[in-house]
Amino acid sequence: MKITRREFVQISGATAAGLAVSGLGFDLWPVKSHAQMLKLKTKYAKETLTICPYCAVGCGAIVHTSKKGDGRVINIEGDPDHVISRGSLCAKGAGLSGLSENENRLLEPMYRAPYAKEWKTVSWDWALTEVAKRVKKTRDATFTKKNKKGQVVNRTTDIVSVGSAALDNEECWIYQALMRALGLVYIEHQARI
Amino acid sequence: MTNHWIDIGNSDCILISGSNAAENHPISFKYVVKAMRKGAKLISVDPRFTRTSSKADIFAPMRSGTDIALLGGMIKYILDNKLYNKKYVSAYTNAPFIVGKKFSFKNGLFSGYNRKARKYDKSTWAFAMDKKGVPKMDRGLKDPRCVFQLLKKHYSRYNTKLVSQITGTSEADLKKVYKAYTATGKTGKAGTIMYAMGWTQHTVGTQNIRTMAMIQLLLGNIGVAGGGVNALRGESNVQGSTDHCLLWHIWPGYLKTPRASNVSLAAYNKKWTPKSKDPISANWWQNYPKYSVSMLKSFFGDNATKAKAFGYNWLPKVDDGKAYSWLDLFDEMYKGTVKGFFAWGQNPACSGANAGKNRQAMKNLDWMVNVNIFDNETGSFWHGPGMNPSTIKTEVFMLPCCVSFEKEGSVTNSGRWSQWRYQGPKPLGNTKADGDIMMELGFKLKELYKKSGVFPEPIMNLKWDYMTNGMYDSHKVAKEINGYFLKNVDFPKKKKSFKKGQLVPSFAYLKADGSTSSGNWLYCNSYTEKGNMAARRGQEDAVNKIGLYPKFSWCWPVNRRIIYNRASVDLKGRPWDKKDWVVKWTGKKWIGDVPDGGWPPLGSLEKPNPKSKWAFIMRKHGHAQIFGPGRADGPFPEHYEPLECPIEKNFMSKERMNPTAAVYATDADAYLTCDPRYPLVGTTYRVVEHWQTGAMTRPQPWLLEMQPQVFVEMSEKLAKLKGIKNGERVLATSARGSLECTAIVTKRFKPFKIGKNVVHQVGFPWCFGWRWPETGKEESANLLTPAVGDPNTRIPETKAFMCNVSKL
Repeated sequence: MKITRREFVQISGATAAGLAVSGLGFDLWPVKSHAQMLKLKTKYAKETLTICPYCAVGCGAIVHTSKKGDGRVINIEGDPDHVISRGSLCAKGAGLSGLSENENRLLEPMYRAPYAKEWKTVSWDWALTEVAKRVKKTRDATFTKKNKKGQVVNRTTDIVSVGSAALDNEECWIYQALMRALGLVYIEHQARI
Repeated sequence: MTNHWIDIGNSDCILISGSNAAENHPISFKYVVKAMRKGAKLISVDPRFTRTSSKADIFAPMRSGTDIALLGGMIKYILDNKLYNKKYVSAYTNAPFIVGKKFSFKNGLFSGYNRKARKYDKSTWAFAMDKKGVPKMDRGLKDPRCVFQLLKKHYSRYNTKLVSQITGTSEADLKKVYKAYTATGKTGKAGTIMYAMGWTQHTVGTQNIRTMAMIQLLLGNIGVAGGGVNALRGESNVQGSTDHCLLWHIWPGYLKTPRASNVSLAAYNKKWTPKSKDPISANWWQNYPKYSVSMLKSFFGDNATKAKAFGYNWLPKVDDGKAYSWLDLFDEMYKGTVKGFFAWGQNPACSGANAGKNRQAMKNLDWMVNVNIFDNETGSFWHGPGMNPSTIKTEVFMLPCCVSFEKEGSVTNSGRWSQWRYQGPKPLGNTKADGDIMMELGFKLKELYKKSGVFPEPIMNLKWDYMTNGMYDSHKVAKEINGYFLKNVDFPKKKKSFKKGQLVPSFAYLKADGSTSSGNWLYCNSYTEKGNMAARRGQEDAVNKIGLYPKFSWCWPVNRRIIYNRASVDLKGRPWDKKDWVVKWTGKKWIGDVPDGGWPPLGSLEKPNPKSKWAFIMRKHGHAQIFGPGRADGPFPEHYEPLECPIEKNFMSKERMNPTAAVYATDADAYLTCDPRYPLVGTTYRVVEHWQTGAMTRPQPWLLEMQPQVFVEMSEKLAKLKGIKNGERVLATSARGSLECTAIVTKRFKPFKIGKNVVHQVGFPWCFGWRWPETGKEESANLLTPAVGDPNTRIPETKAFMCNVSKL
């Protein structure tokens, strides 16, 4: 039977006692203890696969999310079956749960009024309604149907956008579609810098 | 990347320059080490002895901004010692093409230069054509006007002595690098390049990379396993976001943004569809209208009728000859012509060159929308250092998005592999997936424009049905990107029929008549009736056992893992490398990787098989471009000094800097060269613990503890001259701004001997900003860098500038 490294880890966990002093020629203890942890994790946690959000090597990671309580991440580690990274992660990737389980995260939409010194917490509905109004107001006031040469251009140069290489492919696509439908031409992101 | 991460393990010699892969792409090093264990040599060329250098067989220190000199010297070395793969060069590149009589190069300038406009008339660089309209060629490479002979002439000036004077690299080190790398010109050997922003962020960035691409072509290293030109991209989806073209100049799939002169869809397609008179040139872009029309169908769905030119006229046009790039965008914002600003998942207050200019520019806005996981220096610019909130009118909407593993979707890595990610926990607190924020904003706008508004058609007609049960559905978008048959369609030649509503199996089936949709033709084949290809997890390798893993995830185009692979074989379809082969002709078909088209091998150059195609199918004439007549700054790369440099005269010519570089002229754009106040060459880089501006990593206590402060690295000699001690806080300054930072006195930097002068270089990580850590004292190194750009890409020159460091 051909087994992948990860299956091996799981099997070895299930039959840990029998394998502990096996004649494989290398110390299985680290694998075994890790495997038992995994088993516990899958009982109490949902396992999902992800790709590291930092550099573009695209390393695989396994996210363990608690099935009980707050439903938050309890562990993230390298995915041994990922054919590029084979379980490895760098300092940032290995600490990935520090990104999601982080008290510094923004949790509510906020608004800063003209000349205000502070943020005000607002609702999503209010924030998006107001953003849409601003977009419409600026767009309608500045929309250019024809350029100086008289050529049809149907654009606005008074609204601009940057971002983002941190978005998923699908989000990139709908984002550019929305921006272009609004008539934006200044559409840029990280790839330019 | 032309190749991919695992393939680095197949290389015989790895050059890492303009990148510190060991630090910034750490897991890539798994494959560098793998190759080295099989005997590959690792070369590190860098101004600083980095973590990458510490693993290298050869380390060659080089002053920032002099890569073309160093690589130009390698071209000369290859030509002088006849180390090129002559069969490859003659058959697959444009080395045999005859260049027209108008082309010349004198005193650092190519023909056609207009000093007032700072532009070239590129028509003077055109190839000589035969009566049929096909470029004239000398496959023997002897004609004095052929590209190969012009190349020899151009790089004859790049002798090691002169190169050493410019780069500060010793002649002995240069020769070591040249000898080791050019050994891969031998048939069956492969060399690869791993580069990153250390090559792109220069006023000659494009030409840095072109010089290396030319070396790879001369050595026959493109298309082969362990070869290629490999950009190590820095963000998890910067490949995908580029493919989907969040960029002013291109539409999804690298289609052109329409110019104002493209007055109709027909004119647009005509303008951008290249025509070749050579029956053996695949000229793949001849399919352009199929891709543009299919894309418009994805934009506007059923509303994109043929009578309405599929909605072409609803989309914005840019003025001919004008750039709308990042640098231009912030220049306009600084001048006060911009009112509304979306900063979506990006932190330009720290990431942009001359970041101080960007921050000042934001004061001129009416409103800003800042979408991010954490508060950052952009959204909070109005209460940053030196800002007085009571005088700043800009309204800011700070919208919290969730992290990548709280939602579902795909990202494309540097090797073009699109990989699906799943949702673990739900978005924390009141955060939302970016996709949900976009969808909801779109609906709000549609609602407003339903009532009234200027030119509402594109907004009202935009296809916006990517929700399931009130939530954004990435699968629906992924399918739209792939594309659908919108009618029943028959392909009699291919003996295939498809029903309306089916997903298109590959871009070979896209049509220009509106019967197919595809949001991005390059991704057509990524989500088909067989399922979501990006989610595949197959562990088996392909028949050639070179680590292609064709059933793991999916890569563009059509799952081809190594592009330009028609060049990995000889004219009979036999691999140059018998062991690590990519594709192979069996006599009936290709096996191995997905070939660059299924046509049979050429057979011979004199009488090529009429059913065959030249190797480089994306090029109009089917050949890779050693001579690149489309570039803004010349068909051959030429060494110019950075805009800010430590020497008054370019040792190579009378032109000190790139005569076509994009420069800006507001009062925030100061540039000073050879100014005694700024005698040090500065550069920027990253550290493994932080990512880009640190907007995602600085708010993380574990990572911040490991790298808490912005620093400046300097040589022991320079520290002694300045009386600076290791660990003390110092002030770095440039013509544009200043930065307090911690001095790291190190052996990693050594002074350079440039001509007769000693030149010191220092370096700064650019991963900091005042918002995190909360001391507010660790600022962005981009406060120092100049907003000046490469003429082709307008990528800023943040990797070579002049600065000073002094005791506080």
